[in-house]
Amino acid sequence: MAEKDDIAVADQSEKVDRNEVVIHIKGLKKSFGDKEVLRDINLDLKRGENVVVLGRSGQGKSVTIQCIAGLLTPDDGELDVFGEPVTEMDEDELKQLRIKLGFLFQSGALYDSMTVRENLEFPLTRVLKLKDQQEIDQRVEEVLEGVGLLDAADKMPSDLSGGMRKRIGLARTLIVKPEIMLYDEPTTGLDPITSREISELILNMQRKFKTSSIIITHDLECAKITADRVLVMNDGEYIAEGSYEELQASDNDFVRSFFNEQK
Amino acid sequence: MAEQAIPAWKKWLEGIGEQGVFFTRFVRNIFAGGFEWSEFVRQCYEIGYKSFTLVGITSFIMGLVLILQLRPTMVDFGAESMLPRTLSIALIREIGPVITAIICAGKIASSIGAELGSMKVTEQIDAMEVSGANPVQYLVVTRIIATAVMVPLLTMIGDVIGLFGGYIAINLTDDISFYLYFHKCIASIEFIDLIPAFVKTIFFGFAIGFVGCYKGYNSNKGTESVGIAANSAVVTASLWIFVIDAIAVQVTNLLYY
Repeated sequence: MAEKDDIAVADQSEKVDRNEVVIHIKGLKKSFGDKEVLRDINLDLKRGENVVVLGRSGQGKSVTIQCIAGLLTPDDGELDVFGEPVTEMDEDELKQLRIKLGFLFQSGALYDSMTVRENLEFPLTRVLKLKDQQEIDQRVEEVLEGVGLLDAADKMPSDLSGGMRKRIGLARTLIVKPEIMLYDEPTTGLDPITSREISELILNMQRKFKTSSIIITHDLECAKITADRVLVMNDGEYIAEGSYEELQASDNDFVRSFFNEQK
Repeated sequence: MAEQAIPAWKKWLEGIGEQGVFFTRFVRNIFAGGFEWSEFVRQCYEIGYKSFTLVGITSFIMGLVLILQLRPTMVDFGAESMLPRTLSIALIREIGPVITAIICAGKIASSIGAELGSMKVTEQIDAMEVSGANPVQYLVVTRIIATAVMVPLLTMIGDVIGLFGGYIAINLTDDISFYLYFHKCIASIEFIDLIPAFVKTIFFGFAIGFVGCYKGYNSNKGTESVGIAANSAVVTASLWIFVIDAIAVQVTNLLYY
């Protein structure tokens, strides 16, 4: 009986957790000079959820996640991560928040003066301040195995292909076990097979590390594989929301043309 | 015309303000704890050891050429024996520090500007920042301090090599022993010649590192920005070297004479 109660409590907590909003955005605005890039962005990301933001290039998709990570300051609107307003955080608070956030850049952004191993050790020694070399090695091997590049540990980033760089970039982000992942165009510039592999890797990593994710892309295949929910962005705001299948059957002209163009 | 002048003026003031903020971040991060010793040593090697050959050759030629240029005039005045003294004072007080600093501005400021500029363009600095690591502590503090340490060292080595170049030049036409030449050089140098010359090279080094880091760290996101950052770092650092030199001369004169 006690065992059943335990299971019930566990299930309940799982349900509560999955309803917890980890990122709350309301009426977010951002302009660069005269160009209004974000007009009115509204988004709630729940724990464990994968949200894909689709849209054409230059529409401000990446600006949203750069605001979430504190790389850009929004002009107006609410932006809360784990219930705390990002815009009101000081440098130390932002640093603490960033430990819980993972950001995969479009290029992978590997530190090109360091080997793959040094790239992966960097956040462990500088951010988590780990000192035990055995633990560091173990975590490096764990993530390298996770992205299928165990033999690339001693290579320089310049020796890696585009797909491999993205995998290592993903590994470096996941090595600190973030609670939220922000992906900026994770499959751009890759061939269809590698794109699919990266998309599946994102999904596997999300299941393994139980992260919540926002994935910025214009790759429908990536959206199809990874999304729990899809948002379509146009002219600085989200114009449609739903599952991939729902949006595929949408009546909205822009959404329909976006899906049809990429078929 | 007035409409065009205002943004340029505002932009200049903004630039001053940004440099002030950058300097504050640099100072705060020196004392923030967790100094990056391994990166600092690597930068000392990159900045110091890899500039040694260039500084050495240039200083040698400088000493050699100075003696060759000075000699005819000194001979006319019958002051040939003053050549070692003249060279050592000129080299140690002024020419050595300035020439070494200008070479370092060309080599180090451009290299730091280009390196950090390309890290900015390829989002490596953003990646460091967004991971919760401290890019200023890792990239900026180490480079500026390494430059402020290595430029005085390079200057001292360059001065000695320059004096050796002078010794070779004198012996092309005359005959002076190695011991006598260096005895004359050292005897003519006073403590007052060494300290201001050494102190100003620390400021030269700081200016080179600071300008290189500032230009690279704050470059725009585009490939041409890397070139602009490198070029602008050299020009600005060179200008700062002459400004610091002018101030140093005034301060030295006020303090000692």
